[in-house]
Amino acid sequence: MKYILMMNTPGKGPYQVANWPKQDLQAHIAFMMSFNKKLGESGELVGAEGLAGPDQAKLVRAGKDGKPVTDGVFPEAKEFLAGYWIVDVESPERAYEIAAEASAAPGPGGEPLNMAIEVRQVMSGPPKDLL
Amino acid sequence: MTSRSLDVHTEHLLRDLAPRVLGALLRRFRDFGASEDAVQEALIAAATQWPREGVPANPRGWLIQVASRRIADHVRSEAARRRREEIVVSLVPPEQQIAMAAGGDGAAEKDDTLVLLFMCCHPALSTPSAIALTLRAVGGLRTSEIAAAFLVPEATMAQRISRAKQSIKASGVPFQMPTPEERAQRLGAVLHVLYLIFNEGYTASSGPELNRNDLSSEAIRLTRAVHGILPDDGEVAGLLALMLLTDARRAARTGPAGELIPLDEQDRSLWDRRAIAEGVALVTAALSGGSIGEYPLQAAIAAVHDEAARVEDTDWPQILALYGLLMRMSGNPMVTLNHAIATAMVHGPAAGLDLLKALDADERLAGHHRLDAVRAHLLERAGDREAAIAHFRKAAGRATSLPERNYLMMQAARLSDTPK
Repeated sequence: MKYILMMNTPGKGPYQVANWPKQDLQAHIAFMMSFNKKLGESGELVGAEGLAGPDQAKLVRAGKDGKPVTDGVFPEAKEFLAGYWIVDVESPERAYEIAAEASAAPGPGGEPLNMAIEVRQVMSGPPKDLL
Repeated sequence: MTSRSLDVHTEHLLRDLAPRVLGALLRRFRDFGASEDAVQEALIAAATQWPREGVPANPRGWLIQVASRRIADHVRSEAARRRREEIVVSLVPPEQQIAMAAGGDGAAEKDDTLVLLFMCCHPALSTPSAIALTLRAVGGLRTSEIAAAFLVPEATMAQRISRAKQSIKASGVPFQMPTPEERAQRLGAVLHVLYLIFNEGYTASSGPELNRNDLSSEAIRLTRAVHGILPDDGEVAGLLALMLLTDARRAARTGPAGELIPLDEQDRSLWDRRAIAEGVALVTAALSGGSIGEYPLQAAIAAVHDEAARVEDTDWPQILALYGLLMRMSGNPMVTLNHAIATAMVHGPAAGLDLLKALDADERLAGHHRLDAVRAHLLERAGDREAAIAHFRKAAGRATSLPERNYLMMQAARLSDTPK
């Protein structure tokens, strides 16, 4: 079963990490890299992407003529999706375990961030007996 | 993946043969889409059978035979409604047909690679399509490998390739050398596609990995093949030199955790001296042959960097002069940006910052993180720490590559940490 693990971070800056001391930032980046590598090696990683900063994010709707109408950035938004992982695991518990590990990524002073990771199951294909 | 069980030698042999086999089939069957599919199937068959049964005595003949049988099968099934005797391939055994068609002419075969490149990089195709088709039809890569390199699902890549082949069919591009009048322009399109493949491998516009080495190596291999066919073309030699001189720094470009290490902080003892020597020789020959196109100039700049044993030995006045030449030739704002950096190195950061002001108005660079990043570096050198931090952060917020964003955030953090 597949799960998406979404990491939401406060809206200010490219990531809330922008104002951390260099040493803490370095530790955080190293953690994320080895975390991704480990997930890849265990065969559970389906995909992971970090998203570009919200500076250039746009809200798009179709106008009357069907052409895109874009709305600017929203600096006041409380949270932005910073990135996500999609994992293919044996059980929901395993997905929670992975999410908890990501949540405990080191923050300022090397303390675990314990940030909230939203875990949602990814829809699967239709059951075979319906086809 | 079957290819993993292949040794490197066989893998290279297969990939070198791919465009030549396709050329032979195209001269016989004309149909690009069907021939290309057939070659792909033959390559997969070889990748499965050769490791088990050994490489055949005549690998090219083997591939042609297998591929032409596949085509014959397709033709038969597609022509089911037609009368059997109309099917060209049914009377003469495929080996004989191909022997008649291919003729084993070495020169024609060598040119096939080039003609195929012209075809795959035809201006009628979108750039992503041209890249995908080039890697498959000329590079002999499997769809799954191309998909993995570009981090897209295999079905997406298969669709992209299939649409590209339809465009070629619809545009009626013949399998032949372009006319001499068209040739320079068409060669320019080929070199651009090869350059983009190299860059995709070198800087990886998305994804967490900084290098996707396979694409860079593939671009070098293909450019080397074109250089082999057109040894006197300065642009081709220049592009090959540029790739070699850039790729030579590969090992020094990333740290142990995959972090980006910029040119001025790299451990130069890790640079590939052999690649540098080859690149320098190529670019020297191209420039002394009177070629001062964009690729030889960019290669010359890379060579000046690569020839400096220490960063402080870099011959910046020469780099500045080369960027001056390049700027007159190309309207690319990235060249102007690099010219500003060289200016700062020669005449001081204030002179560089002045040049950046002109770029603020350039729409192609507006909001581009590279402009903010360069400004941050120059502001730091000018001693304006607070402004440098702000611009490093701004650049980080706009960067679209994870390693590059991390690097920019680290620069901001490094400056913030420094006691005032």
